[in-house]
Amino acid sequence: MNQFINKNLYGDYGDKEQATGASGTHSTAGEWPLWEVFIRSKAGLDHKHAGSLHAADAQMAIENARDVYTRRMEGVSIWVVESKNIHASDPYEAASMYEPANDKVYRHPTFYNLPDELKHM
Amino acid sequence: MTVHSFQEHFDAKIDNEVMIEPRDWMPDDYRKTLIRQISQHAHSEIVGMLPEGNWITRAPSLRRKAVLLAKVQDEGGHGLYLYSAAETLGITRDEMYDQLHTGKAKYSSIFNYPTLTWADIGAIGWLVDGAAIMNQVPLCRTSYGPYARAMVRVCKEESFHQRQGFEIMMTLANGTDVQKKMAQDALNRWWWPSIMMFGPNDADSPHTAQSMRWRIKRFTNDELRQKFIDVTVEQARLIGLTVPDPDLKWNEERGHYDFGPINWDEFWNVVKGNGPCNKERLDARKKAWEDGAWVRDAALAHSEKRKARKENKEVKEVKAA
Repeated sequence: MNQFINKNLYGDYGDKEQATGASGTHSTAGEWPLWEVFIRSKAGLDHKHAGSLHAADAQMAIENARDVYTRRMEGVSIWVVESKNIHASDPYEAASMYEPANDKVYRHPTFYNLPDELKHM
Repeated sequence: MTVHSFQEHFDAKIDNEVMIEPRDWMPDDYRKTLIRQISQHAHSEIVGMLPEGNWITRAPSLRRKAVLLAKVQDEGGHGLYLYSAAETLGITRDEMYDQLHTGKAKYSSIFNYPTLTWADIGAIGWLVDGAAIMNQVPLCRTSYGPYARAMVRVCKEESFHQRQGFEIMMTLANGTDVQKKMAQDALNRWWWPSIMMFGPNDADSPHTAQSMRWRIKRFTNDELRQKFIDVTVEQARLIGLTVPDPDLKWNEERGHYDFGPINWDEFWNVVKGNGPCNKERLDARKKAWEDGAWVRDAALAHSEKRKARKENKEVKEVKAA
């Protein structure tokens, strides 16, 4: 059972080592490390994941990210993180993971039945 | 969960148009088909830089040169988006390059034709990128998340490619007799290979049904081909060029253009490696890869040296403190 899940949970950002796929183990020796790129499209907005690329170090990753992901003024700031440093949640634990939020509808303003005459609330 | 319920869960997502993401369970064949399709697409973008790169130094004006440079750079970018998307499926970049260089992986056959005149750059932008857009726009809604996101980016950029190509053709078609002839000649040579870009007829495309089921293909080859012909014939008329197909005729009943038979022997021949430039293209890719090996190694060695130096310094500082 566990074996089965492990076999298939490969290939997310930061989990390239798990990404053995159907064809067995992969050698990445000699490949430049993989980096995830996050771009802030304008001041005031969050950095958002844009994609990934290979680079020998962080400086090269930022320069490559500029060329690959911001050729049309898509960004004013770039973050790069080596993919191996990103940890992801397991999609098959999603049900239990987010269950605590699921049954607390009283966290939403629409839960409360208030008179229509009430203004500015 | 059992294998059965994994499959059911996957099928339900596909049916409900929920995207599949990298860590989700997926059938092995879905994964394999996607790796093949996405990497082939990436290879096409990269190899596609070669016929156009051929004209960068010979573009007729500074404006045309700047535009062509930007377009070729975009193609490189598209290849990189797609390689990254394929990597989330568990294949490495080097494995994909290796498949390309050994001929195991294919790329779009259209790039095995030569670019003989400047008008060919116009024809490629107009027809080849035009056909690619027909294919790519529906893929923005494909079922695999990273692929769909890459395609959204690609499509946003592709439209400039087609428009700049059409502008080149329009300028030539409105030019001197010789220029107009050059434009017509380019259309004559690129029309049929562009029509073939959509792949074999549906009857000869055994994977289409499964790919449609998986939503990694949203229209059949013949549907897309017809759509492309219908819009492009009108565009050719607009600039006074003639589509080189004597059987081309508007069919009132179908609401589409009828067109002549496609030379599938030529298509398969080029796919199998016997097109005019197959060898040249692959040799150029291999040479670029091999000649760049020392740069890749040096950059990696440099970053490791810097890392080691930094760690050494930190150890010394700790000792000193």
